[in-house]
Amino acid sequence: MAYSEKLLDHFQNPKNVGTLDKSKKNVGTGLVGAPECGDVMRLQIEVDETTQTITDAKFKTFGCGSAIASSSLATEWLKGKSIDEALSIDNMAIVEELALPPVKIHCSVLAEDAIKSAIADYKKKNN
Amino acid sequence: MKDNRLIYLDNNATTPTDPRVVEAMLPYFYEIPGNAASRNHPYGWKAEEAVEYAREQVADLIQVDAKEIIFTSGATESDNLAIKGVFEMYASKGNHIITVKTEHKAVLDACKKVEKLGGEVTYLDVKNDGLIDLEVLEAAITDKTILVSVMWANNETGVIQPMQEIGDICRKHGVLFMSDATQAVGKIPLDPKAVGVHLMAFTSHKMYGPKGVGALFVNRKNPRVKVTAQMDGGGHERGMRSGTLNVPGIVGFGKAAALAKAEMAQDTERLSALRDKLEKAFTENVEEVYINGNIDHRMPHVTNISFKHVEGEGLMMTFNQNIAVSSGSACTSASLEPSYVLVALGLGDDLAHSSIRFSLGRFTTEEDVDYAIESVTKGVNHMRELSPIWEMYKEGIDLNSVEWAEH
Repeated sequence: MAYSEKLLDHFQNPKNVGTLDKSKKNVGTGLVGAPECGDVMRLQIEVDETTQTITDAKFKTFGCGSAIASSSLATEWLKGKSIDEALSIDNMAIVEELALPPVKIHCSVLAEDAIKSAIADYKKKNN
Repeated sequence: MKDNRLIYLDNNATTPTDPRVVEAMLPYFYEIPGNAASRNHPYGWKAEEAVEYAREQVADLIQVDAKEIIFTSGATESDNLAIKGVFEMYASKGNHIITVKTEHKAVLDACKKVEKLGGEVTYLDVKNDGLIDLEVLEAAITDKTILVSVMWANNETGVIQPMQEIGDICRKHGVLFMSDATQAVGKIPLDPKAVGVHLMAFTSHKMYGPKGVGALFVNRKNPRVKVTAQMDGGGHERGMRSGTLNVPGIVGFGKAAALAKAEMAQDTERLSALRDKLEKAFTENVEEVYINGNIDHRMPHVTNISFKHVEGEGLMMTFNQNIAVSSGSACTSASLEPSYVLVALGLGDDLAHSSIRFSLGRFTTEEDVDYAIESVTKGVNHMRELSPIWEMYKEGIDLNSVEWAEH
């Protein structure tokens, strides 16, 4: 399977790998997938509480190249966005940007789930 | 600087054709173009002579009579011919076939077809080391059983089944014994007659011969085994497989067999030392590494290793511009299921997703292996830095206690 240049770049030089302090009130954490399925994504956002914008995003992913590239791209897109804008990120935009082949579409779905899950966690912490 | 090195460690998928084999084949495309079935002119005679010489070479490698070799297009066809051919030929004796869950798809899917045609098939489990349980096999035999089909060596793990013991059980119960020996022929010494194998499928392109040519050994004496042809036509190959013979391919297959016989011992010694070096480098220098399958009963050139908390396809992508291997990860298949062979060994899906198969070959050098050790170790470390479950494992979190959002 030949992957796109963009996908390979995100895989070889992933952006925003790391861990945010999940005990902080303004950090939301999403953990989706399962080891048995071959994909686990952990995506975290740090939110400016006054402006409700995402100031930082980090990820760690266990998975194939497409899963890693999808999460790296998602963190890039999240930074600077408002919570509402972040919620509107659609998995098909990731598919298009990385030119994911059909068998890898589930990786983009997982990334969208991770974003939504991180935001839900942030909202839960902040009512 | 871009590293343009290309290292092939996927010899269980296919082997390069040995240049000496290519050389032997070349005259049979233009200078000697005849059809081996043309009985009335020198073109045909020369082609037939070449085919019969190759048949002797192939038979000699597995210590059988040349008349017992049926040439086919490859191991998949040979497996199909053996299983469906026996099912049809021995229909009056019974309709039950016994095979194993870790067989190649060519065997499993031929058995599924037999089930559709009214046959009954038992798929035996394997133990955690990949070997079958002989008592379970014997208990599965009924008075309707006509065939036991067990592969000699597994393509994914290299595990070698106890062929002599299986042969003894089959002999005791008067059941035919067939083996897909694709991964074993030409790599380790085989004597199907001595162990009681009656039908054996194998192919040229796993032993440094060309693709598109294979063989089925069919025992001719004590017992005389017959299979119903699955390809109808001109009655070639003693009526068991019609179709014009692939003369250049067969000549190459014969040459590959002769080379394998002459060089097997030295290849085995060299490759098992390289394989052990590769394994040792990973088990000693990388944490959480597991070797899959029985390590005392396996092929000399193969190792199947799980690098825990790293996904196999992702790992391969860190080095696959330079090194060719295979993975049991779901992500390398269209089905999204991890390797059924590794799952049958009782590996959790997570370890099956993390597996890499390294299969060395005649043209693998020590330098290749050293390079693979370095690149793969680097790749594993890189992927673990990215892996949330590696981080959780390092923090001492019990991964089984986590409630995963399965998808």
